[in-house]
Amino acid sequence: MKTVIRPYGDTTGDGMTQVSFTLPLPHDKKAEGAALQLAAKMGLEPAMLVHAKQMGDGFTFFVIYGSVRHLVELDKVVVVERDFPLLTAKEVNTVVKQKLRRKLSVVGACIGTDAHTVGIDAILNLKGIAGEKGLEYYRELKVVNLGAQITVPELVAAAKAEKADAVLVSQVVTQRDAHLHNTREMSAAFREALPADKRPLLIVGGPRFDELMTDELGVDRIFGRGTTPREVASYLVHALITNKAERKKAVAA
Amino acid sequence: MSSNKLGLDPALVHRARALAAKAGRPVVDMARSHTTVSVERAVLRLSGVTGADPDGIPWVNRLVDAVRNDVGLGHGVALPVFHALAEHGLEPTGAELTLLAQKAAAGSVRFDLPTGKAVTAAKKASRRQVAAGIKLIDRNRADRDKMIKRYGDPKQRPWIYLIVATGDIYEDIPQAQAAARAGADVIAVIRSTGQSLLDYVPEGATREGFAGTYATQENFRLMRAALDESSRELGRYVRLTNYASGLCMPEIATLAGLQRLDMMLNDSMYGILFRDINPIRTFVDQRFSRQIHARAGIIINTGEDNYLTTADAVEAAHTVTVSQLLNEYFAHEAGLADWQLGLGHAFEINPELPESFRLELAHALLARELFPDAPLKWMPPTKHMTGDVFRGNLLDGFFNLVGALTGQGILLVGMMTEAVVTPWLSDRDIALQNVRYVLGAAGNLHEDFVPAPDGFIQRRAHQVLDEAIDLLEKIEDDTLLNAIADGTFGIMKRPAHRGKGLDGVAKHDDGYYNPATEILETPGKEQQ
Repeated sequence: MKTVIRPYGDTTGDGMTQVSFTLPLPHDKKAEGAALQLAAKMGLEPAMLVHAKQMGDGFTFFVIYGSVRHLVELDKVVVVERDFPLLTAKEVNTVVKQKLRRKLSVVGACIGTDAHTVGIDAILNLKGIAGEKGLEYYRELKVVNLGAQITVPELVAAAKAEKADAVLVSQVVTQRDAHLHNTREMSAAFREALPADKRPLLIVGGPRFDELMTDELGVDRIFGRGTTPREVASYLVHALITNKAERKKAVAA
Repeated sequence: MSSNKLGLDPALVHRARALAAKAGRPVVDMARSHTTVSVERAVLRLSGVTGADPDGIPWVNRLVDAVRNDVGLGHGVALPVFHALAEHGLEPTGAELTLLAQKAAAGSVRFDLPTGKAVTAAKKASRRQVAAGIKLIDRNRADRDKMIKRYGDPKQRPWIYLIVATGDIYEDIPQAQAAARAGADVIAVIRSTGQSLLDYVPEGATREGFAGTYATQENFRLMRAALDESSRELGRYVRLTNYASGLCMPEIATLAGLQRLDMMLNDSMYGILFRDINPIRTFVDQRFSRQIHARAGIIINTGEDNYLTTADAVEAAHTVTVSQLLNEYFAHEAGLADWQLGLGHAFEINPELPESFRLELAHALLARELFPDAPLKWMPPTKHMTGDVFRGNLLDGFFNLVGALTGQGILLVGMMTEAVVTPWLSDRDIALQNVRYVLGAAGNLHEDFVPAPDGFIQRRAHQVLDEAIDLLEKIEDDTLLNAIADGTFGIMKRPAHRGKGLDGVAKHDDGYYNPATEILETPGKEQQ
């Protein structure tokens, strides 16, 4: 099935889109023309320049509304769908208790110079986020939150000491792609330090990650913005227990 | 501004202050009986030691490390250093002290503690040299006063505070000047993330940083010179802010005084809670840095807003009040006047919560009424900025309105792109437009705004003050260091024997001497 859609302003198919940007030009007729030319190249045709305001000496801010001629082909959209069942805290605890028969060990940290613990705290701290309790609340999970500005060697050492089943890393700062560099450094260090069968599940999270980049970054899973503790817990159970058991069964058969 | 709009019981307010003083006193005693590597390095910086070795490690670090290896830190570095200077036939000047540091780093100097007459000589020489450094700070303060007289203060309150953070000082300068032109009264150059955990201050102009620009003496100088230019151009004195926090707090405070910075972030507990720096290290460094700020006429900004980004802004509202009271006590003890206390608080209540705006008003007004003569620092929403920039702009508007309604002194401009990108030129312009609109339309609304007696806002403020007093009572029973260890503030648990930088702390031995502390604690003598 091929489904084609366009943005919706107030009528199906009108393609109406709103954009704003700044050009390094003082505000005059020519600058407005330049903004409209850019809009046309972005596929906005016809475009309406609804607002232009000069900022400082040589910059102008524009707001443009227009109909975009590009089409979205839904069958070509690729995303990471949740490929595991969403469990309640009780269900997570039951699976861990019955199938793993020991506590599942989780180590979390913000690595590198990143001092923003908001993400890792939301997932790990008892308090959690948006009314959902964090992983510390799960009786069958043993959680160690190392906090901020942890070096990669510190993280690897802690993961070994805690016999971590999973390592959660949060990265908020993205200046100069710090989040990508740090993640690659982290996954490489784990590959170096531990054989594949001893390596914990590596999970990174942060608002600016592309969830499709797992292979490129050498991690098992990436969680983007809006992820809840329950999703992470469900994934842990799926990847470390349920899925592993099924794979074993498949190999045996 | 001390209008008592909340009907606060003066006896209760007095009790809260007395409790804060009681809780803080043991910490002050501890700070007075300890020193740190950074305090001692600050003494050397005041004496005129400058520069760094080829690896970028400052000579003050090399010198303090050498002294510490030979005789320990318990007597301070002034006596062994100035004694060695005399022994080696060097003059007590900044240049020759730097030379001594170089020799010490090369292993050609051994440090000893002077005895007898040599003690008096070393004391005298070090005091004279440190006094010259403090004189530079005094001169900068006088220069600032002159410039404010000439160019004037901002016309409105709150002062508008904007952040620049490119990582490159030469990129920061035009951005800061553009921000000043667009209406900013205070420019803060945010530090590179991670600098707080460096146990040295980097040297020179820097062009590489993560989410901020390194605080260095040269960067301070360059930015202050650029803003002096802007002040002349705009006809108002544009203030410069940086961060006296982390492991080098005393040195950065000193450099701020030497380069005429105007405001410094300087919280008594932030480093402990959010950077896991050892509590004793922090309180010792804190006291010295505040004494420098007091002398330099620098306004400090405290960091209570941070508690609310980790803890819930309603449940933890009273921890902000408690921290403000402690910060006030520590600041007064270190010699800061009320006009220098930019006590922090923030608009961080979940906007989905019913009556969230009224709660914000109650909390902000409580801070205003408790500290009537302090230029409170009002911080914008960050935690509940979702990436929906339209909603974010609305939230920032309400934040600005609370600022106007409660007479805040310093308003950090909120960005609708908080949690999305580092602010774009247009984000800043839109944010300033938001501030200008609210201050223009409702800037004096605080004159008319009087909460109903025993209404929602008054009751909430009373409740927060009561909770703050309860907590202060508990802290006093348990001691502040234990309260910090138990996770009372911002949920973080920080025991006194753990954390970064503990190995740089030393208890004073008999005969400890610090000429800077001596001068700073007896003002008037050295002042012109």
